[in-house]
Amino acid sequence: MPCLPIPTSNAPTLVSDMAASQHPPQTLAQKLVAKAAGKQQVAPGEIVTCKVDLAMFHDSSGPRRLAPMLERLGATVWDRDRIVLITDHYVPAYDDDSRKILQITRDWAKANRIRNFYDGEGICHVVLPQKGHLKPGLFAVGGDSHSPTGGAFGAYMFGVGATEMLGVVVTGEIWLRVPETIRMHWDGRLGAGVTAKDMMLFLCGKFGMDGGRYQAVEYAGSAVTHLSMQERMTLTNMTAELGAQTGLIAPDAVTRAFLEAAGARDVDTASWHTDADAAVDEHHVFDASALAPQVAAPHSPANARDVSDYNEAIDTAYIGACTGAKLDDLRAAAMVLRGKRIATGTQLLVAPASKQDQAAAEAEGVMKVLVDAGARVLPNACGVCAGYSEERFGENLRVISSTARNFQGRMGAASSQVYLASPYTVAASALTGRITDPRSVL
Amino acid sequence: MSGAVGRVWKFGDNLDTDVLAPGQYMKFGIDEIARHCLESVRPDFAATVKSGDVIVGGRNFGVGSSREQAPQALKHLGVAAVIAVSYSGLFYRNALNLGLVVVVCQDAQRINEGDQVRVDPEKGIINVAGALMQLACEPIPAFLMAMVRDGGLVPHLEKRLKGKAA
Repeated sequence: MPCLPIPTSNAPTLVSDMAASQHPPQTLAQKLVAKAAGKQQVAPGEIVTCKVDLAMFHDSSGPRRLAPMLERLGATVWDRDRIVLITDHYVPAYDDDSRKILQITRDWAKANRIRNFYDGEGICHVVLPQKGHLKPGLFAVGGDSHSPTGGAFGAYMFGVGATEMLGVVVTGEIWLRVPETIRMHWDGRLGAGVTAKDMMLFLCGKFGMDGGRYQAVEYAGSAVTHLSMQERMTLTNMTAELGAQTGLIAPDAVTRAFLEAAGARDVDTASWHTDADAAVDEHHVFDASALAPQVAAPHSPANARDVSDYNEAIDTAYIGACTGAKLDDLRAAAMVLRGKRIATGTQLLVAPASKQDQAAAEAEGVMKVLVDAGARVLPNACGVCAGYSEERFGENLRVISSTARNFQGRMGAASSQVYLASPYTVAASALTGRITDPRSVL
Repeated sequence: MSGAVGRVWKFGDNLDTDVLAPGQYMKFGIDEIARHCLESVRPDFAATVKSGDVIVGGRNFGVGSSREQAPQALKHLGVAAVIAVSYSGLFYRNALNLGLVVVVCQDAQRINEGDQVRVDPEKGIINVAGALMQLACEPIPAFLMAMVRDGGLVPHLEKRLKGKAA
């Protein structure tokens, strides 16, 4: 496979870039797929059928799509206890159509006696691990493109469409082409005011939205192991924007502590890592300490550049989504805004990713800091990010957002201009009314 | 499964799911979603596309969301096949699961808007403008073609479940 080019001079240093040769040792991705396929080992490119340990879906991709297909087939769910159903796209309902979608979801959960049903608790990718459903070694699918988030816990998790999910719900199986592994190795430590979000925007800028080639991206190195669990989730979450099938991080003590606190049992962190001499298809090394905050210009995450390249005026700052409004993201925004007010003529919208994160942020005083600074708090749901909710960005609005995708028209009017950045940078920009390097105001 | 001849609608790189199936219409059924398919980039598309027409795209076709209404809207409007340099993995799987032929062709951009093309996804051949130009595409693997030929995963499963019952 081709090596990728050396980065430009304003980028963190790429120390080595190589295509390794084949060896019998296995990557983390191979080990996870092999277990699910019931094999000792698998090779990249091989097509295998995997048994699914967990299937998660939400109100948009779930029952309203699955129920008519199940009925047509006269089939039932293969294992109701392996299903996790979460409402987040049409929460809160705002008209008859969205009310109906939520009602279908609730009725289906009841009729199928789905025990793992979380209604209005927050965004599925954040709620799933918070309720203790993920752990290393699992093979899981989600009815949403940001499902690679689960890979932060050493599980193989990827997104599928509703029809493919129907196949899983009926058979408990799914086919897969065993992925190659693209390793993103980050040495050093992130500087103050620089986050996992900046790492991912940087990678999107460098490799593009198809750089992941629908393979597995594995994040490693001291900068990754020093990240909190929620920051790691931001890495694997935005693997979707890199176009990989999944993103993975080898589990460790940080993973164990998070999962045990969430009620998961039998957390095995020892077995799930890439063997030292396993063949990876691409190996890229970066220096995290050299990374500046990143901002992606409209209308693609791949338009990421250093924050110093920007000085645009903004009228809206949005902190939301699975990728950008977890407790750690809210804390980051509060660090910038403590004791301050946002600029006149600027609005700050905050949609905490889950009820649990919002409650923790309230207990810590983080929500009070944000509200005192002028934030308007929105429900714990996908909100403006998905473009499904009542709240949408208006004509010609200039927005800086901690979300994952700034496709033209996704979050509102086609004329709105959405810049992507970390919660630090979004908060700093709300403070000044212009795209601002958070390190200048921290 | 060599299709009939269809007229080409040509698009560039990174044509995303949110353009194919806009978020604000996702709460509706496929009739309404399809009516707005591609409207932000080609306002006349949904009203004028004809059954059997073919979409040609560039790199990373269908990037974005897992929403399968993106390929479903194309199929609903009668699109017979998509030819692109590469696909988002999610879109590719969704399309085949819904019975929409999607083929990978490195030379897709040599096909022009309005060309008449015929796609043979099993042999991996695209005939352009009669047989004036023939392009190679990656054949769809046989086990997936079996599903596409049945019309997608649901009819395919239906057949399998009926087979078991019989």
